[in-house]
Amino acid sequence: MTIAARPALAPSPDLLEEEHGPTGMLKWLTSTDHKVIGKSYTITSLVFFCMAGLMAMVMRTQLTSPDNTLVSQHLYNELFTMHGSLMLYLFAGPFAFGGLANFIVPLQVGAPDMAFPRLNALSYWLYLGGGMIMVSGFLTVGGAADFGWVAYAPLSSATNTPGAGPDMWIVALLLTGFSAIFTGVNIVATVFYLRAPGLTMFRLPIFTWNMLVTAILILIAFPVLASAMIMLWCDRHLGTHIFTVSGGGSPVLWQNLFWFFGHPEVYILALPFFGIVTDVLATFSRKPVFGYKGMVFATISIAALSTSVWAHHMYTTGTELLPFFSLMTYMIAVPTGVKFFNWIGTMWRGSLTFETPMLYAVGFLVVFLFGGVTGILLASPPIDFAVHDTYFVVAHFHEVLFGSAVFGGFAGLYFWYPKFTGRMTREGLGKASFWVMFVGFWVTFVPQYILGLHGMPRRIAEYGAATGWQSLNQVSTAGAYLLFASVAITLINFWVSWRRPVPAGDNPWDAHTLEWATSSPPPHHNFYWIPPIRSERPVWDYNHPEHATPNGHAVPSPVPAAVGSLAAPGSSDGGAGGSGHVGGGTAQ
Amino acid sequence: MKVEGTVLLVIGVFMGAVCAIYWFLSNETSGTMMLLGATLLGFVPGAYYLWWSRRMKPRPEDNPSASRADGAGVVAAFPSTSVWPFVLGVGAALVGLALVFGLWTAPIGFVLGFAALLGVIRESRRGGAV
Ligand code: HEM
Repeated sequence: MTIAARPALAPSPDLLEEEHGPTGMLKWLTSTDHKVIGKSYTITSLVFFCMAGLMAMVMRTQLTSPDNTLVSQHLYNELFTMHGSLMLYLFAGPFAFGGLANFIVPLQVGAPDMAFPRLNALSYWLYLGGGMIMVSGFLTVGGAADFGWVAYAPLSSATNTPGAGPDMWIVALLLTGFSAIFTGVNIVATVFYLRAPGLTMFRLPIFTWNMLVTAILILIAFPVLASAMIMLWCDRHLGTHIFTVSGGGSPVLWQNLFWFFGHPEVYILALPFFGIVTDVLATFSRKPVFGYKGMVFATISIAALSTSVWAHHMYTTGTELLPFFSLMTYMIAVPTGVKFFNWIGTMWRGSLTFETPMLYAVGFLVVFLFGGVTGILLASPPIDFAVHDTYFVVAHFHEVLFGSAVFGGFAGLYFWYPKFTGRMTREGLGKASFWVMFVGFWVTFVPQYILGLHGMPRRIAEYGAATGWQSLNQVSTAGAYLLFASVAITLINFWVSWRRPVPAGDNPWDAHTLEWATSSPPPHHNFYWIPPIRSERPVWDYNHPEHATPNGHAVPSPVPAAVGSLAAPGSSDGGAGGSGHVGGGTAQ
Repeated sequence: MKVEGTVLLVIGVFMGAVCAIYWFLSNETSGTMMLLGATLLGFVPGAYYLWWSRRMKPRPEDNPSASRADGAGVVAAFPSTSVWPFVLGVGAALVGLALVFGLWTAPIGFVLGFAALLGVIRESRRGGAV
């Protein structure tokens, strides 16, 4: 147990109480340092991402020609179930709130660690255990779970999908569900209680805000998932009939429970990446976030609305209140639109440079916008009735999920990689990986929209030659191989930076927020000193006193005259910035 | 602390409104109960924070013009290493596996969990790292 004191006013090596704790394997097993845990989470989730990606390659290869027999129908079912489950439960979420947030949020709020370090470590072990259990379903006799990532009743009953694989899937979700809940608690407590002096709530970086809201969403949604899993297990083993009609239960109840979790989950997977992109765009535009408070309110309203749109996944069950859910679903487009305008406003007339993280962030904007627009189409019940369960939907949700989790996620990975490791990645390889991914992405998913409109159903392993779907499927598969190549380039990039390190320095991007005030990688307990916090971008104010952010809001630096008018709404709302402004750096 | 409490209350109010509308329009119980849960999740901690924010000392992190000296001093005690989360994690996984492969892994899991509980308590008492 070490006592962490607030860092001193000026950099002082006396505080350098470097840990001489265990190293190697033992360090990995016993560390409660949020940076070690964050790295473990990041690496583990990327491993699951690669596994799920390989499964996708097998599926796409299977679909290249009609009546292909590369994999059996049964194996195909296992593959898409595990691909979806791994991507959603074990990659996208844990990568964001277990990996990046774990590492970055304490740094961004100027805290020595997460509020509950041991709970944090427990989260990781539950996650790793759950993940291993889910994947090892493939080793059982009956194979892994094969009822889709949504496990609809009655398909998920013991008669329809018997065997150990589905049970392992259920247990895995219980374990990872609790791990997510614990991380959520930890993030909320860290943001509420461990902020540095002067860092008011309305000066938090947007990434931290989004993680806070995500954590609250996790606390709303994941307990429902855990209880649904327990009910499902009881149905399968104890003979209860919660979801089976025969015993008086209701299969639609499963859909209600699942989507009450599932739709917030989709935003749990999106909001952290919105946060990453906001910070990246602001950094590489060298401007404050445009409309900071609007951004925060948009995040909160997206979160709140997302818990009341769950039944739009159930339009076709015919049991739901179409007008209510349709209206709510349309409404969610409004705050998302606000975010888009703010992102563009942030870039507007900034002095933009396009390093790899920025490229990925802009790529996210394009891809997510497209996915969002097709989402608005699907929010209309008449259209959804026509394309429900076709490849149109597959293309839509990949555009949203891939856009946020992969484009947004890689933006964050490339952005914070120097902070994680103290090394730079290679710009050339990074840019190459982006362009290959961007092209590959459209080549993969645009044909799927068309296939969906032609009526190709999702979750089929084979289609007849007479359908005429072959050529579009071939294009889509070629795109998938490009995506594979792009991820490989990124991994090579990391390998190169590991073999031939280029030191990064504390703040290679000239970024704004507190995590860049400390060394890369940060020392034990994170900070030797903290710059004075007078706005939402303390490090920038400190490094560029001539361009400091007055009143804590807006008025961008490089080209103040041109953007002043645009930024006015942001700066006029600035209660948080408040009166006692002290010029950056002068508080020394 | 005010902002923190208000954020949670706002979420609570919104969820409460949706809960009421949903109940009157659909009479469907499961969704209503879940929305009610979400409402409480906003109200209970939110109200507590707001109530607490009035009686606690003002915190430097809520003060926009706080100097860094205001926040100087001890933040909290943080454990730097501990093996018990790992032990507890393995225990939980074994208890979970018992749901799949039969009960024999559960006792081992519970023993590990119990050991971890004792371990953490001892560790905190001693105030030292492992
Ligand atoms: C590497 C590029 C990717 C490719 C080529 C790919 C391909 C596929 C394919 C072929 C399917 C099966 C479609 C069907 O038969 O219905 C699928 C399903 C799915 N994918 Fe991906 N995918 C990729 C990335 C992702 C990512 C990044 C995510 C989420 C973060 C994701 C989430 C899902 C989900 C949720 C399903 C539905 C599973 C189900 O039907 O139960 N995929 N994907």
